Amino acid sequence: MARIRVRQAIASALSDAMREDESVLIFGEDIAAAEGPFKTSEGLLAEFGPLRVRDTPISEMGFVGAAVGAAAVGMRPVAEIMFMEFLGVALDQLVTEAAKFRYLSNGRVGVPLVVRASVGSGLGFGTQHSQTLENWLGATPGLKVAVPSDAQTAYGLLRSAIRDPDPVVVLEPRVLYAERGECVTGDAGIVPLGVARVPREGDALTVVALGQTVRAALAAAERIDAGIEVIDLSTVTPWDRETVLASVAKTGRLVTVEEAPASGGWGAEIVATVTTAAFRSLQAPPFRITAPDVPVPYNKALEARFSPGIGEIEHQLTTYLRTGEVPDPWWLREGVAA
Amino acid sequence: MTLVRSGDHVARREALADPVARYERMYEIRRFEERVNDLFAQGLIHGTTHLCAGQEALDVSLALELRATDIVTATYRGHGIALALGMPATDVLAEIMGKADGCTGGVGGSMHLCEPDVGLLPTFAIVGAGLPVAAGAALAFQTRGEDRVAVAVFGDGAANIGAFHEALNLAAVWKLPVVFVCDNNVYAEYSRIDLTTPLTDLHRRAGSYDIPGVPVDGMDVDATRAVLREAVSRARAGEGPTLVEAKTYRFAGHSRADQATYRPEGELERWRERDPLVLARAALVAGGAATEDDLAGLEKAVDEDLDAVAEAVAAGPDPTPAAMFRNIWAVAA
Ligand SMILES: Cc1ncc(C[n+]2csc(CCOP(=O)(O)OP(=O)(O)O)c2C)c(N)n1
Ligand SMILES: [Mg+2]
Repeated sequence: MARIRVRQAIASALSDAMREDESVLIFGEDIAAAEGPFKTSEGLLAEFGPLRVRDTPISEMGFVGAAVGAAAVGMRPVAEIMFMEFLGVALDQLVTEAAKFRYLSNGRVGVPLVVRASVGSGLGFGTQHSQTLENWLGATPGLKVAVPSDAQTAYGLLRSAIRDPDPVVVLEPRVLYAERGECVTGDAGIVPLGVARVPREGDALTVVALGQTVRAALAAAERIDAGIEVIDLSTVTPWDRETVLASVAKTGRLVTVEEAPASGGWGAEIVATVTTAAFRSLQAPPFRITAPDVPVPYNKALEARFSPGIGEIEHQLTTYLRTGEVPDPWWLREGVAA
Repeated sequence: MTLVRSGDHVARREALADPVARYERMYEIRRFEERVNDLFAQGLIHGTTHLCAGQEALDVSLALELRATDIVTATYRGHGIALALGMPATDVLAEIMGKADGCTGGVGGSMHLCEPDVGLLPTFAIVGAGLPVAAGAALAFQTRGEDRVAVAVFGDGAANIGAFHEALNLAAVWKLPVVFVCDNNVYAEYSRIDLTTPLTDLHRRAGSYDIPGVPVDGMDVDATRAVLREAVSRARAGEGPTLVEAKTYRFAGHSRADQATYRPEGELERWRERDPLVLARAALVAGGAATEDDLAGLEKAVDEDLDAVAEAVAAGPDPTPAAMFRNIWAVAA
């Protein structure tokens, strides 16, 4: 099995999909001639040519809308949004148009498009280029939202997204692009949408993580080594209730780890669902580890504290396992904020 | 020669009335950007930066033609505008280095500079976002009957985003006191302008909104200044918006990682012959406003000043974690 970078896994997924299906085409800003601002489309223009691999003007509304139209008449476009925030100017096309076509056509017009966007903090891009923003999309029936956490899931979720008959958004943690990991390509490497992975098994505590927080949760679990099961949610909408509920039935404890600010985060959805559906199997109150309710700060040390890191997760989980009580986040413990 | 290099924002702004001071500020901007580049290479700056070398004449002439009470919206490529408008190098560099003394206290960084005292709203990292905001500031001035104008500065690439068209149309139909200044530096990221739009003389887009569209040689500080003066006075006189297209060139790559290998051979060199600093310097000497020696002395003083600024900023305090919790709302929840 080859160890490749996440960005190479993405380029492989795109090229394998384009070889498999002539209706797949990709576009975005500087993705063709320059092979992508994050080099996620290396080699594609050379192999597939300028009709299927297009550079766009800085016109996100235009090209996401073009993806909707192309998909509605039978293509499988993959549009790249360089930084998730830029989807802000194109949101109508995705949320209000693409996600509604099937419903509004009595099932006759599907929109099999994919929007890929880089997300997250950790590289010093500042407040307007560092959010994860999956919660912009989660309340939109008709959309699917997947978030890879390593090379394999970057490859496999994207392949599934491109084959999916409905609009799928793949949010790629930017900080992972340069990371290497093992990656099986081809059909064997495909990772289904809507199915969580369990990269670490345990029977004392269920930790659900997503994207960038998966590796931090795994590293913290490794340090604590006390029967912690780590679930990589992988698809945030629709999320895998079965896997999470089965895990909590076994462990009796649930913690979610989110990179985004607490308010409106996906962890709230999971904690609410588990609390309702599995109340009697819970041995302690479920809780969420999140970023604070603040914009992503630029200063390097501050940015590093914003997203829950290994140390913070370790502290929270250890305290929780020891006391059975929900620990305070760092900003309350340290009296930094109320 | 007494020129203002640091200290009071407004004094720094007013100093630009002197043509030698304009050259000095252009020189300061150029050297500032070189230092940012060096600090980046040394790992002392986190994240990314977008340098403005090649665009100094536009930044300085804009500052000269505006009043401190006017409003400017600018972009992530904003170090030069911030310095031109009057922000001292210390405030700007401290922000870029994420320091507590930076203009946002270190939470914004290179792409987010702000100084209300000189009319600079927080600079925009989303392409095109500053245009409607400038129109809105102008709308407020018009509504309140104030003698103020707003200016949006943006790149050539921004002319392809919806916000550009919506803002120009709004401003035109309401005759808002706003000037749209397009810094056409030939590239948007790694794409040459002709690859992303067939109409590369962007001032002609003004015709769609029936407002004046004026091209100008953005490497020439005097020419740029004259065109901006006209556009700003039209706005002040209630005659509505103008689209100014300053033809410049981006001497650096798009951002720190970009080596700009996509440029055609010789293009950068050709534009460097029209380096705004070289042109401005030659014009001062030819016109007798300053001698070679005067300018060499002034350049040395700026260099020394920037050395001291860089040293002081690097030694300055970092923000504490409490800084990220401030200024979310006017009154904390
Ligand atoms: C809506 C949006 N799309 C894409 C980007 C990424 N991006 C940042 S700068 C840039 C190029 C802008 O080019 P131009 O407007 O010519 O300004 P310049 O950088 O040349 O000053 C792009 C594509 C962004 N910041 N916002
Ligand atoms: Mg440009």
